[in-house]
Amino acid sequence: MSTYFTEEHELFRQSLRAFLKKEAIPHIDQWEEDRKTPREIWKKMGDMGFLGLSYPEEYGGLGLDFFYDVVFNEEMGRTNSGGFAITQQVTQYMSCPNILKYGSAELKQKYLPGIISGDLISSIGITEPGAGSDAQNIKTTAIKDGDHYIVNGAKTFITNGIYGDFIVTVVKTDPEAGAAGVSLLILEQKMEGVTSRKLKKLGWHSSDTAELNFDNVRVPVSNLIGEEGRGFYYLMNGLQLERLCAVPAAVTACENAIEMSLQYMSEREAFGKKINRFQVLRHRIAQLASEVEALKAFTYHCCEMYANNIYDVKLCSMAKLLGTELAEKVATECLQFFGGYGFMEEYPMARMYRDVRVGTIGGGSSEIMREIIAKIVIDGQGYVNPKSSGNGIVERKSNTPGGSGKSDSGNGSAATAIETTTAPEATIEDIVKGIQSKASAVDALGKTLKFDFGGEQVTIDGTGADNQVSASNTDADCTIKISKSDFHKLVSGDLNPMTAVMSGQVKIDGDMGLAMKLQSLFS
Amino acid sequence: MLKNYQLPRKVYATEEHVMFKKTIEEYFKNHVTPHREKWEEQGYCDKEAWLKAGELGLLGITCDPKYGGMGLDFSFSAMLIEEQARAGAAAPGISMHSDIVIPYLEKHGSDFIKEKYLPGCCSGELIGSLGMTEPSTGSDLQAIKTFAEDKGDHWIVNGSKTFITIGYTSDFTIVACKTDKGAGSRGISLIILDSDMPGFSKGKPFKKLGLKTSDTCELFFEDVKVPKENLVGELGMGFIHMMTELPRERLTIALTAIGAVRGALEHTIQYTQERKAFKQPICAFQNTQFEIAEVATQLEYHCAFVDRCTELLGEEKLTAELASMAKYHSSDMQCKMIDACLQLFGGYGFIWEYPIARYYGDSRVQRIYGGTNEIMKLMISRSIFADFFQEMKAAKKHAQKQMAGVAAAAN
Repeated sequence: MSTYFTEEHELFRQSLRAFLKKEAIPHIDQWEEDRKTPREIWKKMGDMGFLGLSYPEEYGGLGLDFFYDVVFNEEMGRTNSGGFAITQQVTQYMSCPNILKYGSAELKQKYLPGIISGDLISSIGITEPGAGSDAQNIKTTAIKDGDHYIVNGAKTFITNGIYGDFIVTVVKTDPEAGAAGVSLLILEQKMEGVTSRKLKKLGWHSSDTAELNFDNVRVPVSNLIGEEGRGFYYLMNGLQLERLCAVPAAVTACENAIEMSLQYMSEREAFGKKINRFQVLRHRIAQLASEVEALKAFTYHCCEMYANNIYDVKLCSMAKLLGTELAEKVATECLQFFGGYGFMEEYPMARMYRDVRVGTIGGGSSEIMREIIAKIVIDGQGYVNPKSSGNGIVERKSNTPGGSGKSDSGNGSAATAIETTTAPEATIEDIVKGIQSKASAVDALGKTLKFDFGGEQVTIDGTGADNQVSASNTDADCTIKISKSDFHKLVSGDLNPMTAVMSGQVKIDGDMGLAMKLQSLFS
Repeated sequence: MLKNYQLPRKVYATEEHVMFKKTIEEYFKNHVTPHREKWEEQGYCDKEAWLKAGELGLLGITCDPKYGGMGLDFSFSAMLIEEQARAGAAAPGISMHSDIVIPYLEKHGSDFIKEKYLPGCCSGELIGSLGMTEPSTGSDLQAIKTFAEDKGDHWIVNGSKTFITIGYTSDFTIVACKTDKGAGSRGISLIILDSDMPGFSKGKPFKKLGLKTSDTCELFFEDVKVPKENLVGELGMGFIHMMTELPRERLTIALTAIGAVRGALEHTIQYTQERKAFKQPICAFQNTQFEIAEVATQLEYHCAFVDRCTELLGEEKLTAELASMAKYHSSDMQCKMIDACLQLFGGYGFIWEYPIARYYGDSRVQRIYGGTNEIMKLMISRSIFADFFQEMKAAKKHAQKQMAGVAAAAN
């Protein structure tokens, strides 16, 4: 029995599994052959309430917790069709969360009910022919012309781009401004000036992948998601969810491969015995099963953090890296068990082998994952004691190519190397005043939260009717260790709380959930 | 132009080799690559490509000129295999035809068979395939069930074969049949079945992960009447004949591996120079550089061993064990290195329109056919421990005899 899933989760799982077994799996071979998955299956899934699981009820969603999404991805991963799974993974977890989190009420009403009912399919348009890992190099422009943007440029490798309905597109609303000139704009395939070309791929055949061209596409300004120039920020906040839907699916794909192999090996004979009796093959299964089990535990750990609103870039990147690499390893080893049949498309392993290969490439390549992890583990470590002279911040020189390594690509890290800064040394009195003004404006936290600057502390006591801030050093439900300069940057908006936590600039002891309320305190 | 990081290939060093290489390269560039998409759609290559190859002297390279062959040594065949793999061309199945089927006929076939089949094989008018594997028997070759029932002056053949390379487009197949059910491995014979013989039918080409232009299919034999003169070699010696040919067959797979890696590496080096990210060509990243260095090193290392095997084959000294080592190690290396190359293409590595995905799909079966890499290891280890297990067996027998003697004496 799992400690992560309740009985309700498991009931949902059984229901979804039975549905996929009956309505999807028998047809996937044909959809792969056709290079197209018919819309009907999504409509059916929408009718059954399998889509929009954690989306709000006002759009037709179920408002359920993240582990329902985990179950969804696990069961989709079990269908042995990455192409089938990715259609909804992109729509639900990569494209539309941007609308949900940052879109206007109008946009939410316009697009979310459709993707939850299964009537609409959407894409996320980041990559361009000349910009993949270095997403900050995107060149698609959206120039304001009255109440429209005129969009010009191209995107590639866009899942759902051919047969889908709309694309959350990453555009430059200010071509001069670098990352701060990037915005998210919703384009629709049917808009004039949007053309597409379907790409032939090694795998994911049931998923349509497009090269898109935008030639003076007129997009109403109301299709802007959130604010101009905040596009990268929005995207980065969505990356961990993207990774956490891919990884559970990778784990179950591995489990499925091992199951199918064991079935075959229990039936196939050679040299007078079933091939599951040969020592070398037995040991391979044992090794694979062990590695998959370990990854599964790690994956659930990352999912639990996410479910508790802990946005851990390092862990999610590690999970994505290890999960996708393991899926490739399992696929090729399991294919070998099938002998010649492993190479035949009639048997399941050939498709899995082709499908998993994109895992270490898309959604941030393994190389980029390693870059991110290296920056966090190597460059973000060992912050200087805030009591030391002047600033307490040490410049981290990045040794990545491309310069300062400051703001990484959209697919890169939110953990940045910090610049040398001389923040004004605020007194504790000033800090108490500053926090009090913010804390008074929000609901009582319900618990106590302490900022420990190393030698000096500020505590927010939210156990009463409202939040009371003082320089007290009593034990708190949650203690946040942070330098005064970093704290100043948090307050002034120059440092993102999520970034600060996962890069180690901020260390949290105690109630994690409480720490996450920092976001509302400082926005 | 040989670079400092490339090993000189003595086996291909003569002027004839240099000229032959040009012929090969032009053949694939002009008569194969332009048709690949079409052949992928239909699952086999057009006959024209075979006839052209015959015309250019690319078929039956080692075959006696009196039958229309080129009479050259195996190193020329080896070069063709490498160049074909380098071009990423799975079809036409020249190596199967020239380096596996033709040698069976030439070395073990009667004059009747040689005169009937070899000229057509060398011109490309006749395509031959080899049928060993069956649906329920791959590695365990002795367990084949296709049966040729002795009817005096002919056999009646019943059974089926599967995974037969160029089986669909071939005109005849050398089929491994049981001619004596009781005799184990000594009851297998090689018999030629012509595709137009009544009762001989073929399944449609399989859809495969890779080698999409090469037709692979099932063959079905239903009471096929085959004249006795179609026997290749001696009755009951089929297994033995196959054993003598396996070293060369395994070497062809190793040659394919190194040719493919060379082709993939060339594409990858070019791509990493052209593709930019983070304002520089991706070959500027240390990770890219180390990956390329690894591929280049593995390639040259394996060329050294494989070339040595080619030399030994020329001297008729290539053992089955050494060929097995070449086969399994080169194919393992091929899969790993081409995987690494694909990764350097980023998203384009997953796009079928770029060449690397095809090298990737094609490479996977190299660890399986021609004897799985697991069987290769079995063969090698068996050879290492042969004497020891022989002694153990003898000692056991001796002990059993003694025990029996003691028991008898006690009564």
